[in-house]
Amino acid sequence: MFDLRDPMVPAVARVIRSRHETADVWTLDLELVDAVWPGFSPGQFNMLSVFGVGEAPISFSGEPTDNAHIVHTVRAVGPVSKALCHLKVGDTVGVRGPFGNAWPMDHARGRDVIVVAGGLGLAPVRPVLYRLMADRRSHGRVTLLYGARNPGEILYRHEIEKWRTRLDIDVEVTVDHATADWRGHVGVVTKLIGRARFDPADAVAIVCGPEVMMRFAAKALADSGIPEKEIYLSMERNMKCGIGLCGHCQLGPLFICRDGPVFTQDRLRTLMATKEL
Amino acid sequence: MVAARMFDRFDEARIIGVAGLETMIGELGARGHAVVGPVRRDGAIVLEPIESVVDLPRGWVDEQTPGRYRLKRDGDSWFAPVVGPQSWKQFLHPPRQKLWTVRKSDAGATIEPEPLATEKYAFIGVRACEIAAIAVQDRVFMQGPYVDPNYAARRANAFIVAVNCSRAASTCFCPSMKTGPRATAGYDLALTELSGGDDARFLIEIGSAAGQSLVEALPTHPATKADIEAAAAIVAATEASISRTIDTGDLPELLKAEPDHPRWDDVAARCLNCANCTMACPTCFCTTVVDESALDGASASRSQRWDSCFTGDFSHVHGGAVRQTPKARYRQWMTHKLSTWHDQFAMSGCVGCGRCIVWCPVGIDITEEAAALRRAV
Repeated sequence: MFDLRDPMVPAVARVIRSRHETADVWTLDLELVDAVWPGFSPGQFNMLSVFGVGEAPISFSGEPTDNAHIVHTVRAVGPVSKALCHLKVGDTVGVRGPFGNAWPMDHARGRDVIVVAGGLGLAPVRPVLYRLMADRRSHGRVTLLYGARNPGEILYRHEIEKWRTRLDIDVEVTVDHATADWRGHVGVVTKLIGRARFDPADAVAIVCGPEVMMRFAAKALADSGIPEKEIYLSMERNMKCGIGLCGHCQLGPLFICRDGPVFTQDRLRTLMATKEL
Repeated sequence: MVAARMFDRFDEARIIGVAGLETMIGELGARGHAVVGPVRRDGAIVLEPIESVVDLPRGWVDEQTPGRYRLKRDGDSWFAPVVGPQSWKQFLHPPRQKLWTVRKSDAGATIEPEPLATEKYAFIGVRACEIAAIAVQDRVFMQGPYVDPNYAARRANAFIVAVNCSRAASTCFCPSMKTGPRATAGYDLALTELSGGDDARFLIEIGSAAGQSLVEALPTHPATKADIEAAAAIVAATEASISRTIDTGDLPELLKAEPDHPRWDDVAARCLNCANCTMACPTCFCTTVVDESALDGASASRSQRWDSCFTGDFSHVHGGAVRQTPKARYRQWMTHKLSTWHDQFAMSGCVGCGRCIVWCPVGIDITEEAAALRRAV
């Protein structure tokens, strides 16, 4: 896409659509101005720049077969993500990527797949769900367990409701704090794992969310019998380059950007258990 | 041991004098190199452009101990002071460099990358530990999945004149890291100062075709067996004078296995989190980026700057820094240097130059910390 001779130089993209998802979350559809987008694999990320503000790593959350649009879901939490969320249609952004490794989509073929997402962690696994549904017959049982803080923060709500009507996937949604009109589960998402239907000897787990949620989810999945090397987590750290050169995203021996962001639990367990590593 | 493996190309070792060194500096300039060497400034030996042997710190030596660096007059050697506060990363991986500028245009925005680095340096007086450090940064910036094109360009253009150490500082521990005090590879030319003063004689070894070509333009004469033995003896004496050590055996595993060792709290109580060690370290490579907007709003640019794992911002993600405490930051730095660097780059991140010990304002000594972590397990 861009000149690999200088991977620190972004390509220019234009915002062609902006959707307000929840209170502080927006989804942007981008289109490169003067370059061809090579596509991405579910699990990878882009470094997105708001010119004059800065750059941040953001996962892909769109349909992986759609090479015309680059889709990112962003929560307005820091200077760069706030600036990204406030972009209007027609505004320009800088794009470097795609970077990082991917969720184990090929490995998941023929197996049960259990996707566990928390909060905004649903965004990086949405491409996984699109793939699973497009290729449903190649997999065993497919389960999505999703937890949000409250019903108002449920991401992609209309899509989740549509998925729930399907008879070939299990979708369970829980919230930490219910409102009067909430009819679903209440409590942490990890509590749903014990009730999910999968063959632990032949299942792949895909987990994305806040680190503490992933730690508990990975433990619950392992306790249910899924081997740790079949439990995949996507890690988040500060990144300034995305290509293994700036040093910021280290987690022990790992560079999250270069070696990840997707890792199996057998590699992460000790590292995640160490405080402030 | 050192003598036995030294100077295996006897016929290529030659002798050069002060006039020859002067010619070398001029000839490197004539070949398009910006010649950089050790210069005495503000009470320290720094690395700056030089035009003549007159610029070298002749007759000065350094005294280096934990948290202390002083220069004093002693002897008449041209290259007595060993490593100073700066390293060659100052040039190959500069502290600040602009990456690109973006301007408003009809297309919305147009990005103008900075031109590829064209600096063509010649480094005079590169120590064996520093050659090892350059090899470490080569591994980081040029031998991974992505290459830093500016580092690679500067590196390809650089000419390296090594100097084998004829003395060591108290903080040196290169033998422990197997990086010195003799340069065995990675140079174009290597000098050993056999004697100082106006009549100084240097043994010169050739390490590359470019080095060979330069030597052919210089007034030299073949070294005798006695010269070669004298050079070997000088480096052997330097090595013998180094008493600071670090036991690297099983240290990578030990550091990883002990994230909650009480010694981390002990060192954290002394560490100021000032980041001096990371700035002075010749292998520390971390950077951040800074975006700046023009006042008229028509353009913005991004620059890359050295960063340090001792700062709060370094590990910041939404919600705060991953490494909140001084303990976590020191542990990250030292564990990275001596342990996880091996996992990442199949080599040590420490070359034993001792800069982090000298330039630590409170004199924290990485060799002492490693020994303490080993002892009290």
